[in-house]
Amino acid sequence: MNAHATVAPTVESAGAATPRGRRDIVRVVLLVTLVLCLVGLPLVADPFATTTATRVLAFALLAVSLDLLVGVTGLPSLGHAAYFGVGAYTAGWLSIHIGIDGPVALLAATLAGASVAAATGWLAVRSGGIFFLMLTLAIGEVLHQVAHSWRSVTGGSDGMYGVPATTVGGVDLANPGFLYWYVLGAFGVGYLLIRMVVRSSFGAALRGIHDNEPRMRALGYPVFGYKLAAFVIAGAGAGLAGGLLVAQQRIVTPDDLGFTTGALVLLAVVIGGAGTLWGACIGAAVVVLVRDYFGPALDGHGPLLLGIVFVIVVYVMPRGVAGVAGIRGKERAA
Amino acid sequence: MTAVLSCRNLSRRFGAVHAVDDVDLDVEPGARHALIGPNGAGKSTLLHLLSGVLSPSSGAVALEGRDISRLSVSRRSRLGLSQTFQHSLLFLSMTARENVALAVARRHGVRPWPRRRVHSAVADRAGQALGTVGLADRSEVPAGSLAHGERRQLDIAVTLACEPRLLLLDEPAAGMSPAEVERLGALIELIPPEVTVLFVEHDLELVFRLATTVTVLHLGAELITGTPDEVRASDAVQEAYLGTEGQHTDLFLRPEPAVDPASR
Ligand SMILES: Nc1ncnc2c1ncn2[C@@H]1O[C@H](COP(=O)(O)OP(=O)(O)OP(=O)(O)O)[C@@H](O)[C@H]1O
Ligand SMILES: [Mg+2]
Repeated sequence: MNAHATVAPTVESAGAATPRGRRDIVRVVLLVTLVLCLVGLPLVADPFATTTATRVLAFALLAVSLDLLVGVTGLPSLGHAAYFGVGAYTAGWLSIHIGIDGPVALLAATLAGASVAAATGWLAVRSGGIFFLMLTLAIGEVLHQVAHSWRSVTGGSDGMYGVPATTVGGVDLANPGFLYWYVLGAFGVGYLLIRMVVRSSFGAALRGIHDNEPRMRALGYPVFGYKLAAFVIAGAGAGLAGGLLVAQQRIVTPDDLGFTTGALVLLAVVIGGAGTLWGACIGAAVVVLVRDYFGPALDGHGPLLLGIVFVIVVYVMPRGVAGVAGIRGKERAA
Repeated sequence: MTAVLSCRNLSRRFGAVHAVDDVDLDVEPGARHALIGPNGAGKSTLLHLLSGVLSPSSGAVALEGRDISRLSVSRRSRLGLSQTFQHSLLFLSMTARENVALAVARRHGVRPWPRRRVHSAVADRAGQALGTVGLADRSEVPAGSLAHGERRQLDIAVTLACEPRLLLLDEPAAGMSPAEVERLGALIELIPPEVTVLFVEHDLELVFRLATTVTVLHLGAELITGTPDEVRASDAVQEAYLGTEGQHTDLFLRPEPAVDPASR
């Protein structure tokens, strides 16, 4: 495979050799510029903007992990925030009560997200389409209720507060810039791992399931196991994202794993163009910026604005931002 | 000689419809076994019962003596039983090569990390399979953009890439041009003899060109199984095909199938 950042099958035959080589150079230059911008951001941005960017990264990783389900495997989940919340509570609890190092907390959050996804996924992935949507919604609501009622652990509706600042090797990252780099690093690891999965033969099989599940069965693929594995990997990614969220917010509330979060992240994936991991990141940035940045100025009408954005996206760019950029390769056939 | 595939008392009802009614069938090793019968005779349903897409109302299916009645479609496929469907099932958003690669990749082991060498081996093998069915120059075209006949060829390439021991084909020639049917016949003749083929086909010319054994299904039940000549001579078959119209043409001497497959 080459350096295409797309999930959809890439076009190998399109151009002649020279324009393709040139396109690769353009792509590398863009990529390097993007990485430099991301890394350099805290040096030029004010602390509030840096903090927002940190939150965008956590949410973007959540969206990328959901995209593995929605865009790649074709399983639209409304309850993906549940595993995000599980990761956040796990990392928060361990930091408060045991005082473990940041990266260890992230690892624990990842494992917790994966475990809870495994425990609930075997039920969810038996269904497809709208039933999957409803089942994941129900699972998300159950976990949301647990977060509300299990006060001794989660702090109930007050939330789990007083999470200490993240430490790495005993040094704490109270400075928003350092914290941003830490979150950026973890985001990069999570993103690249999911990208690796998507581009592997396993990822190709997931796309096959998306395209034509009965045929995948006829080819001898154990479809249930593959969908469950995708669900668990997505849960792990969401758990890691939750760990990043709590590193930034230092509080976890039941809202973080509620329906609104689950719907927003699905919205982010749709805005970005399902099936394209970088598109999901852009979608996540749009959602967080509208909600946290413009939302307060709009006097609580952030959700309304998001609703409008959603309608525009669905009508104007049915394949999301990535679709407009036209890098997804050839169209899906009807 | 034990049959590669056999079924006993196999039945499947849809409500009041007995789509497959108490069928016993033995497919001998290396056979080119044709399954024919009028529209609605239950041919596709029978294939689906054999491959596991549908579960039977009663009866059992055995592959090389082993009862596979309770196994899933994917388990049966891994045991060497591959099927094409009457309405091609392809991965329409993927290129022809990627379609075949999915079939090849499973046999090379699927991993969630990149393996360059395996990847290129799979791509090469997929390219070969496409060459075999005559789609070599169409390998990078999305399956959704292929013409109908090409899709059916791709379907067979995908199925052959599973390297099955038993191949079930449901109307492989449906909607193909005469030239494509000709190529399909040649392709099926090229399938190695250790692969057994059970196929449903309305194009009787193709049936009698390829088949070593013919089973006629009528109203879900087996009417006759025999050599092509025995079946051609059978009065019962004439009646089943011609029904109440009572024409006395020798159906099997005319290339036109009883029903135009392209109309579906
Ligand atoms: N899923 C289903 N639900 C209800 N009835 C069905 C179903 N599938 C098939 N049938 C019925 O079972 C009977 C046999 O259908 P089947 O598709 O097996 O016939 P066929 O021999 O393949 O016909 P054709 O030559 O048209 O492909 C028909 O009467 C059909 O209407
Ligand atoms: Mg049929």
